[in-house]
Amino acid sequence: MKESYAVIVEDVWFKYIAGKDYALKGINFKVRPGEFVVIMGPSGCGKSTLAYTLNGMIPHMFKGDFKGKVIVDGLDTLEHSIAELSTRVGIVFQNPEAQLVTMTVLEELAFGPENLGLPKEEIIRRIREVAKVARLENKLHRSTLHLSGGEKQALAIASVLALRPKILVLDEVTSMLDPIGTELVSEMVVRLNREHGLTIIAIDHRVEWAAEYANRIVIMDNGQIIGEGSPEEVFASPDLVRKIGFRAPQVSELAYELMDQGVKLDKIPISLNEAVEFYSRLLDEILSSRGDSPWREKL
Amino acid sequence: MEREVIIRVEDIHYFYPNGVHALRGVTLNIHKGEFIALLGQNGSGKTTLAKHLNGLLVPHKGRVLVKGIDTRKVSVAKIAKIVGYVFQNPEHQIFAKTIFDEIAFGLRNIGVPEDEIEKRVIEALKIVDLNKPLDMNPHFLSTGEKHRLAIASVLAMKPEVIILDEPTTGLDYKRSRQLMELIKRLHEQGHTIILITHDMAFAAEYSTRTIILHEGKVIADGPTKEVFTQLDLLAKSSLKPPQITLLAIELYKRGYPIPKEIMSVKEMVNEFLKIYMLAKGLS
Repeated sequence: MKESYAVIVEDVWFKYIAGKDYALKGINFKVRPGEFVVIMGPSGCGKSTLAYTLNGMIPHMFKGDFKGKVIVDGLDTLEHSIAELSTRVGIVFQNPEAQLVTMTVLEELAFGPENLGLPKEEIIRRIREVAKVARLENKLHRSTLHLSGGEKQALAIASVLALRPKILVLDEVTSMLDPIGTELVSEMVVRLNREHGLTIIAIDHRVEWAAEYANRIVIMDNGQIIGEGSPEEVFASPDLVRKIGFRAPQVSELAYELMDQGVKLDKIPISLNEAVEFYSRLLDEILSSRGDSPWREKL
Repeated sequence: MEREVIIRVEDIHYFYPNGVHALRGVTLNIHKGEFIALLGQNGSGKTTLAKHLNGLLVPHKGRVLVKGIDTRKVSVAKIAKIVGYVFQNPEHQIFAKTIFDEIAFGLRNIGVPEDEIEKRVIEALKIVDLNKPLDMNPHFLSTGEKHRLAIASVLAMKPEVIILDEPTTGLDYKRSRQLMELIKRLHEQGHTIILITHDMAFAAEYSTRTIILHEGKVIADGPTKEVFTQLDLLAKSSLKPPQITLLAIELYKRGYPIPKEIMSVKEMVNEFLKIYMLAKGLS
């Protein structure tokens, strides 16, 4: 049986009209339904450009030299309009201010479904549903100007969800938010993946977050994918993340440093819980290597 | 020995024209040579407080003394010579047609002679490591370069205190790290640094003192190592210490000889090596 994919990107190249070089240079990339993929890479590596190819903004809106094929939820982006594609793939950007187009939360959530020409009852049903997901059900009549940054971004995501896409593409959606807003939006994204089964493709530079929640991390540099795998695979050595000038989760960085110093480790922890157990065992080993440990008593 | 107090903030209150009571009685002293992280959620009053420190805003109640000068009684230009402010978005700060004019603007404003201006412009660009033609239009610089230009134009004024408002927002990790290293060098050269940030890992690693604002009031003010290990206090402002500090706290709780005040991976590596060496050496 043929395996089904939510997203298939086949040898995609793209050069912006004003661009000197290709922003994407032969991208091959597949995402299964329900996967949570985080894309990382330095500024200018092409990760946002890749995001734009996933809902047809490239090549329909941003013109340029496009080669290759992108199929999302079975639709070839070259053969379908952005409007059609947006019922399959929702995309949300960095700046929440720039994405809100109406005056109130209710109007914002109604905007997409109204444009689809859905019957009134269906529009109301969808608004209720997505407002609940975004925890905005008690703020429907509030002006969008009076929402916090995190609430604005949650609203931007909810208004995209009102079109019932199966795939959500998030382009650094928390990078302009404060810690409370970041927490609010991150929690919502994880819930959408785990409880609602949405396929998530998130461009994000928060390594600790990616290590904890992603099924797969894709590393891009200079228009190409230079590595991908589960968080365990990607952070198994410092090479990949350091190549692009990033760091790994701090608990992994600690393991790399200890290995550089000659300490033998059998694995690299990537999350906090895992690290607490791992380093406890390591400390036990070190301390027990000299028999009775006076250190604990000193405390 | 008590270090010289450069800025004295005495019970200040500030109201925005829309009635928002942004600062509700803030009192603190800023000493020469400190590296302060100013933390808090959006709307907590961080930027409002920072703008009081260089006279961009003056309090409705209470007063701010910069080197003994009451900010209500002098022009911003006078205070700007002592306290420089690097805005969050360099696009909002950069306006001149050339790199040279951008940096020279402040200097001309305070009447620095032209030959001295040229010297200072070149020196400031050298410190931030921006090697671009002086007649280049700054709008063609990359975001990272614009940040460095904005810092250079503040540096050229030779302020004792430099305030940086979320300087790493929008930069990737490598550029953020480079910028933090630049700020660290400025600190080592004697500048007092006030860093407004949401990045807890950088705040932990680089600052020596942390001030947390919450709803217009200071809810924490102390050595970074102390503030960052008080989880309840941080949680009040929905803040979490970096992962490495959380690891240290957990290991400490379990009774391992690891201090809980670990602020960076490097510090943790040193603790492990110390234990390792001692265990080996004594066995």
